[in-house]
Amino acid sequence: MQNVTSTQSEMSDTAISITNLGKRYTLGHQRPKGDGMRHAIESAIRSPIAWIRQRQKERRWETEFWALRNVSLTIKRGEVVGIIGRNGAGKSTLLKLLSRITEPTEGRIRIDGRIASLLEVGTGFHQELTGRENIFLNGAILGMTRAEIVRKFDEIVAFSEVEEFLDTPVKRYSSGMYVRLAFAVAAHLEPEILIVDEVLAVGDSAFQKKCLGKMGSFAESGRTVLFVSHNLDAVRSLCQTGIWLKDGNIHMNGPAGEVIDSYLSSVSQEHSFSFENQDYGLTIEKIALKNDRGTECGVFSPGEDLIVEICYTAHKRIEKPIIALGVLGVNGACFTSNMLLDGHQPDYIEGTGQISCTFRSIPLLPQNYSIKMRIQSGESRENIVSYQDVAFFSVAGDLADYGYRGEFWKWARHSTPVVVPYEWRFADGTTASVALQRIPQMADSVGTHNKI
Amino acid sequence: MSELVIEAGRAEGQYWRDLWRYRELFYFLAWRDLLVRYKQTFVGVGWSLIRPLLTMMVLTIVFGKLGKMPSGGLPYPLLVLCGMLPWQFFSMAMSESGNSLVSNSNLISKVYFPRLVITVSSVITSFVDFVISMAFLAILMIWYRFTPPAQLFLLPLFVLLVFGASLGVGLWISALMVEYRDFRFIVPFIVQFGLYISPVGFQSSVVPQRFRFFYALNPMVGIIDGFRWCILGARSSVYWPGISIAVIDVTALMLSGLWYFRRTEQTFADVI
Repeated sequence: MQNVTSTQSEMSDTAISITNLGKRYTLGHQRPKGDGMRHAIESAIRSPIAWIRQRQKERRWETEFWALRNVSLTIKRGEVVGIIGRNGAGKSTLLKLLSRITEPTEGRIRIDGRIASLLEVGTGFHQELTGRENIFLNGAILGMTRAEIVRKFDEIVAFSEVEEFLDTPVKRYSSGMYVRLAFAVAAHLEPEILIVDEVLAVGDSAFQKKCLGKMGSFAESGRTVLFVSHNLDAVRSLCQTGIWLKDGNIHMNGPAGEVIDSYLSSVSQEHSFSFENQDYGLTIEKIALKNDRGTECGVFSPGEDLIVEICYTAHKRIEKPIIALGVLGVNGACFTSNMLLDGHQPDYIEGTGQISCTFRSIPLLPQNYSIKMRIQSGESRENIVSYQDVAFFSVAGDLADYGYRGEFWKWARHSTPVVVPYEWRFADGTTASVALQRIPQMADSVGTHNKI
Repeated sequence: MSELVIEAGRAEGQYWRDLWRYRELFYFLAWRDLLVRYKQTFVGVGWSLIRPLLTMMVLTIVFGKLGKMPSGGLPYPLLVLCGMLPWQFFSMAMSESGNSLVSNSNLISKVYFPRLVITVSSVITSFVDFVISMAFLAILMIWYRFTPPAQLFLLPLFVLLVFGASLGVGLWISALMVEYRDFRFIVPFIVQFGLYISPVGFQSSVVPQRFRFFYALNPMVGIIDGFRWCILGARSSVYWPGISIAVIDVTALMLSGLWYFRRTEQTFADVI
């Protein structure tokens, strides 16, 4: 922002300007497959005009969904911008539009300078090719010319620390080597504007530091960086400006620290649930989610404790209430705590109080979750309260911390969310274990921000 | 300083500029496909010789020996090979480029570059195989002590024609395949069927004269006729209107394929 060098001052001060940007996705776009083409051809042949009308009608009925709408934004040259928001807030869509992977539905973007995007390290890597071959292939895909790659080859190899394995197919690489090589290629693109999405989701911490350092020096040399990450710590330390996207709009735009703080406090309060059942005289004031240090929070690290706290006021005495809590993932319930099964009902509840349930070291993948709650009367077994989505939280963390290092580790984002530690034992007696490791660094940062 | 404006329906000019800027990617993607194709195979590149050799033997036996098709005084294996080279290039390019976008979907959803590069380079990959098989034809001609006629120098025109036909069909199928995976089943069927309706194992002169015009609507008829005329000489009968039909067919395929590809290209990343 301030460190405009002499060459840059000649040019305009703006690197990216976005006006009224919108991207619409049509949800029923993928019609039932078996029906798709046969139906399209058949009806087109039978009566072309009716078919065209039908298509238009169908289009009207398809549900439209704006992943991004009315987004206007100016990013100055040399600015390092962190984009945060819940999953599905439109972050990835924004980056895809900026990197021209998909076209906007409305609005326009003006980009001044060569732009490169790292939406995923290792894009275009081919498992069968050697490290050397992949450097060339990946470089070309990312937009480097052959001459450029040749010129930077040694530098790339040195950064990646895989010299000895240059002529080994990358399928034999460890996940660490793979990521190092991939990042090394991308880091040497030297664009004026760099778009980075979750590159730090893999790799060991030493290499992550190196990547962050590289991005830092990139920013210091006066170039523009757009950075999307769930690692709020990294965003805080790298970025000057924070943009908080919510439901496809810019919710907040300002100094990174401030944006992150209000994001964090909002995530935990966003969905405050309250409820009153007059027949039983029970009011649920609040459902609070807390971490193991007792701070309210909406983002948990894998392996952290999840405390669900029910704050209630019972205007009448309720005998032996049966409480059941469930943690729901995208595909349904992950695990529950149910007094009907464990038999630990309190004798009665009366007046204002709290009941909490601690789920120990939640073994969940980084996805979004919600809590469902049911309270039944101990006498009639009648539901006093029965609600889904009384609270929301998400788990954020690096998949590497789960010990995931397979080729398709990315699929974990859509995989069954519960992970229990497991171990493979092979015919030769060797074993390989996959288990969650706590990452205190991330947990601490979330905790301290909440205390402020 | 390059300034880029991104809008719905952005300017066509920008696209072709980008295509030029990414010109080296044509080479890199084709190189990748070739490199990968024969990795961990025992025979390696030999496959692009063994395949036409075996097919040639089968077709010679079936059509030449059992079917007793007229050869016009030419060695039947040469006749078959001349038809098979363009046909194998066409059919392989069709299957490879048809799948090219879908099999590179990770690239399409992660990085920007003109998608045309993917489809074109998969045609180039098949073209390399075609060139290797041409060497095989040369060897066979030496074996038969066959001297090619003067019109051999016109061969590049027909090579261009078969390249255009492959690209045109490839553009259509690859773009259609993004939305309709049905083509995964249609393409092998066309390939299998096409071998028999195109004059690969026989000369197009065996088709009765009054049907020849309709027969020649298949662009591969004109192309294969042309190949035989250039390489083996006038003795194999050529249906001249067929060649002009092939030129028209190929031009129409290319232009319409390009149009459809460009029209659907913006939504590839959303649909794939």
